[in-house]
Amino acid sequence: MFARGLKRKCADHEEDMGGALAGFKAVPSYSLQRQSLLDMSLVKLQLCHMLVEPNLCRSVLIANTVRQIQEEMTQDGTWRMAAPQSTGRAPLDRLVSTEILCRSTREQDGVCPASGMGDGLALGPVSEFSTVTSAQTPGNPQNSVWEMDSPRENRGSFQKSLDQIFETLETRNPGSTDELFSDMDSSYYDLDTVLTGVVSRAEPGPCDGLQGLAPAATPPPSSSCKSDLGELDHVVEILVET
Amino acid sequence: MAGAGGGNDIQWCFSQVKGAVDDDVAEADIISTVEFNHSGELLATGDKGGRVVIFQQEQENKIQSHSRGEYNVYSTFQSHEPEFDYLKSLEIEEKINKIRWLPQKNAAQFLLSTNDKTIKLWKISERDKRPEGYNLKEEDGRYRDPTTVTTLRVPVFRPMDLMVEASPRRIFANAHTYHINSISINSDYETYLSADDLRINLWHLEITDRSFNIVDIKPANMEELTEVITAAEFHPNSCNTFVYSSSKGTIRLCDMRASALCDRHSKLFEEPEDPSNRSFFSEIISSISDVKFSHSGRYMMTRDYLSVKIWDLNMENRPVETYQVHEYLRSKLCSLYENDCIFDKFECCWNGCDSVVMTGSYNNFFRMFDRNTKRDITLEASRENNKPRTVLKPRKVCASGKRKKDEISVDSLDFNKKILHTAWHPKENIIAVATTNNLYIFQDKVN
Repeated sequence: MFARGLKRKCADHEEDMGGALAGFKAVPSYSLQRQSLLDMSLVKLQLCHMLVEPNLCRSVLIANTVRQIQEEMTQDGTWRMAAPQSTGRAPLDRLVSTEILCRSTREQDGVCPASGMGDGLALGPVSEFSTVTSAQTPGNPQNSVWEMDSPRENRGSFQKSLDQIFETLETRNPGSTDELFSDMDSSYYDLDTVLTGVVSRAEPGPCDGLQGLAPAATPPPSSSCKSDLGELDHVVEILVET
Repeated sequence: MAGAGGGNDIQWCFSQVKGAVDDDVAEADIISTVEFNHSGELLATGDKGGRVVIFQQEQENKIQSHSRGEYNVYSTFQSHEPEFDYLKSLEIEEKINKIRWLPQKNAAQFLLSTNDKTIKLWKISERDKRPEGYNLKEEDGRYRDPTTVTTLRVPVFRPMDLMVEASPRRIFANAHTYHINSISINSDYETYLSADDLRINLWHLEITDRSFNIVDIKPANMEELTEVITAAEFHPNSCNTFVYSSSKGTIRLCDMRASALCDRHSKLFEEPEDPSNRSFFSEIISSISDVKFSHSGRYMMTRDYLSVKIWDLNMENRPVETYQVHEYLRSKLCSLYENDCIFDKFECCWNGCDSVVMTGSYNNFFRMFDRNTKRDITLEASRENNKPRTVLKPRKVCASGKRKKDEISVDSLDFNKKILHTAWHPKENIIAVATTNNLYIFQDKVN
């Protein structure tokens, strides 16, 4: 599943990271592993949403996992804006595709307010799509990261199964991650930016309200999309007499 | 519990297998629920195609008492059809999520079956006699010319080949916005509950146009949703008490006498997390897939991804017993997350006297835990052990290191062969185990 031939880069990269990883030369760093899990989860949510009627339990569990990862990344300080070089072609593609996909999704969701994902569950329809370009095929989730700048390609160096990788995660002390990341050059896309899709757009789009992952404080601005959902939800509730 | 051993150990033998032999599984044939009725004489299965198949146990042959009666097909009917929800533009699956039997009150049998949205009450009745000797009709049904009737006779009932008819008596629809995961009949035998991801409704069996909402965990803002209802069940003896489990590993016990809307629980059962086992998957594997009260009503059992826990209703802060189903999967959680197996919902069940619990696993393995002896056994549902009265050989999974003979390594396990649904006869040591599209019946060895 992962492209070969990139192991060296990761190994070199890890040699720079000091003693903590000395014993794990062939194993990608915790942050990359975590990033990969995040990517996988976002893709799952996107696929979830493409299904006819998503399994709400599964969606909630995956969304919670994403939230956990994001919280940890925020604490680590690794959750930051995309580096300038990556705001070139690729993110623009994402924003464009976000709008297109969001529009078609919204048409579908506009009439299903009460079903799992259509209710604007934490990440909302836009979030899943915003991490994937229109060229993406669902069966190949890792492709989405390949077009990003090079440090991201380190994920291709997961030769070993992710199982072993995550064994190390479980024993990791979060406090020790600072020194691990000191030499990190990778630019993690800012999920908030991507979710809101407003970085380069002047007027708020229909999906703006769905910023489930934005850290606590700011309440999402109400949008026409959400108020429609709210009304229809109300109507449906009356119809089903609950 | 082991194959060899003391007088109290059960030796499980293959009895029967139902379903297609070929490996090519038709999606509609995937078994989605298995349930014995209250006497154990009937065994119902539901499948993804919306069909219910009921098996009936043969009356024991007193002369040949080396085995209990076999289960043969008694009735087959289409319970649910696929539907289209026009409001949401979504198809509603016909897959039967749960079947629950009502206790028998007269000659007919009743069961509730449900798909994602609609619950139906089915009456299964036998007809083994038919009236013959009508005055105005011929035997084939044609009407006779009344002028040819010169004498009158009284029609009499004559035996006919047994016919089992299933008819829908009640349809309980339009009360669930989300997918129904549980139904449970109350001990008053008049009401029942149905639970979906966010709400639980209370019904009266006679009334189809009205249900009462008794639990609602839907947040005002769906973006705040972090927890869903995964299962619910009425207490077997207290008609005012029920429990529901959540995706965060908690169980709430509610008393319907306390208030109309039971959003405040009477008891909250939750085990504190083990910090040494913490990972990004901790929450997912703590999600409870099934909850079952013991027959006595004193305990309840919950199934999460890796374990089975027995709770004493009087103690909320931790389970009284925990059994590891397949701990060797803990190091594989990331792969299992990737291939979605981590979201598999395994069920669990008690034996009739609450001394043994059973649940399924992968590779067509299923596990039993004896609460008294603390012994456990792993068995396999496979066509290789096909001969009746063949004693099943215990299985062992080798977690790591050197694999002994007859052990199976974790990496060789077939994760597509999962046993999600099992049932235990309420009185005897007969179990029904569903693989993807086959139903296996095992019995203990009768000497």
